[in-house]
Amino acid sequence: MEYSINTFEKLLRACKEENKKIYEIMQEKEAYDFEITVKEVREKVLKNVNAMKEAIVSGLTSSEKSFSGLCGDDTLKLKKRYAQIPALFGDLYEKITTYALATMEENLRMNKIVACPTAGSCGIVPAVIISLSEKYNLTEEEEINALITAGTIGYVISSKVAMAGAVAGCQAECGVASAMSAASAVQILGGNENQIINAAVLAIKNILGLTCDPVAGLVEIPCVKRNVFLAIHAITAAELSMAGVESKIPFDEVIDAMVQTGQLMSPLLKETSQGGLATTKCGILINRHLKDKYFREG
Amino acid sequence: MKQRSLFDVISPIMTGPSSSHTAGAVRLGLLVRNIYGETPTKVTFRLYNSFAQTGKGHGTDKGLLAGLLGFNVDSDEIKNIYDNEEAKRIKYNYEFEQNLDMHPNSVDFILDGKIPMIVSGNSVGAGNVEIVKIDDFATKISGEYNTLVLFYKDKPGMISKVSTLIQKENINIASLDCDRNARGKTASMCICLDGNVSDILLDEIKKIDDVYFVRNVKKLEA
Repeated sequence: MEYSINTFEKLLRACKEENKKIYEIMQEKEAYDFEITVKEVREKVLKNVNAMKEAIVSGLTSSEKSFSGLCGDDTLKLKKRYAQIPALFGDLYEKITTYALATMEENLRMNKIVACPTAGSCGIVPAVIISLSEKYNLTEEEEINALITAGTIGYVISSKVAMAGAVAGCQAECGVASAMSAASAVQILGGNENQIINAAVLAIKNILGLTCDPVAGLVEIPCVKRNVFLAIHAITAAELSMAGVESKIPFDEVIDAMVQTGQLMSPLLKETSQGGLATTKCGILINRHLKDKYFREG
Repeated sequence: MKQRSLFDVISPIMTGPSSSHTAGAVRLGLLVRNIYGETPTKVTFRLYNSFAQTGKGHGTDKGLLAGLLGFNVDSDEIKNIYDNEEAKRIKYNYEFEQNLDMHPNSVDFILDGKIPMIVSGNSVGAGNVEIVKIDDFATKISGEYNTLVLFYKDKPGMISKVSTLIQKENINIASLDCDRNARGKTASMCICLDGNVSDILLDEIKKIDDVYFVRNVKKLEA
């Protein structure tokens, strides 16, 4: 496939003209661009699916803290709560929230995760895809289809803006991850191509302006909990889209708005830890305390 | 420009917590290992700016060392690299500095072993890295291509001699950058290749008169 897929319009047109699903278009493009087979593309995707599952499994049983000592024991708290009192929204909600948290906690304790699209947003896509996979007993092939669908959303968006908090704030990290997850959820639920992209765009619209203001510069506060919130956020977008609730603003224009919002965002709020939560009284204290700790421990 | 990939979005499978501060650090270490050509006996890592201020919390220190010892971004060794046998065999220490003229995430590897060498690199985001200096020479090594790095006497005809040899193996040159300290003194070349030169060809390049140093820096795994 020689043409580029740098807008949702082009992606939808390609799906229509070739009568193919989004994941089919993307896997064929990837195979073409890198001179490998579709089978090889899917094998690479499967490796990532499996690594996501492994991170969840190990994250569910650990309470090891991060080097900073700030985070790492919240998954067990959530599990304990659900064991005593089931979540208001049921099993799936329990899974999504614990899996997102478990993955992010694996990340902060320097264990293995899949950056998706980044390490700081690594909990969102696995939480949604693996939870839905367990609920609907998805086959390996269906899991791969879902992850490629998610990846395609990130692929299109990244042609306009780098997926980095330093470039466009957390919109471009957890925001994009939530959009990717929403798309994969609609793929799993059997929505059409328009509904898949619409879900992603609805998710993006609701996080426009999300800043990146990590306390002490670490991928911990507020990143860990934000992954949990934005995993659930993805499901809301998927439900709306499956119901036929459409974005009134065309898909690609929403992404343009996101890019512009990222440009207008103060550099103090783009991964520099010079504003927002990072410079609250407590944020500054934590930062100072950690500097002393590093100095003491070498 | 780099060909965009689905796997820029999903992956790498990596040791957390940060693509720029952890995975990027490992990849810088790996490139420096390729440039140095072997494990050094001694190294000082001089971290600057964000690398210096938040590096410990991100395991940047561990990542740099692990990469220099040849471990990849998904290695289980990174987290406990200080307990690794390979790590115990070399001397290493860290320095932390502020220099706002430099990239926010930058590091000098001050190496000793067979030869002393200083290599400087930046982690430019999403796990992408660049080696910007070897000793006094500006370089452009990103690990996206197999890259030939040469130091040689600055005189006419050197680029042509090297490119003629590369052409013999029918390898396309993707980009070529040169730098020199003064006319007639030492110059450097970084040649990004679409293929990989053979060891035989590498030896021929080494044998060109007045070529002091040649390294085939292999591209990093995605």
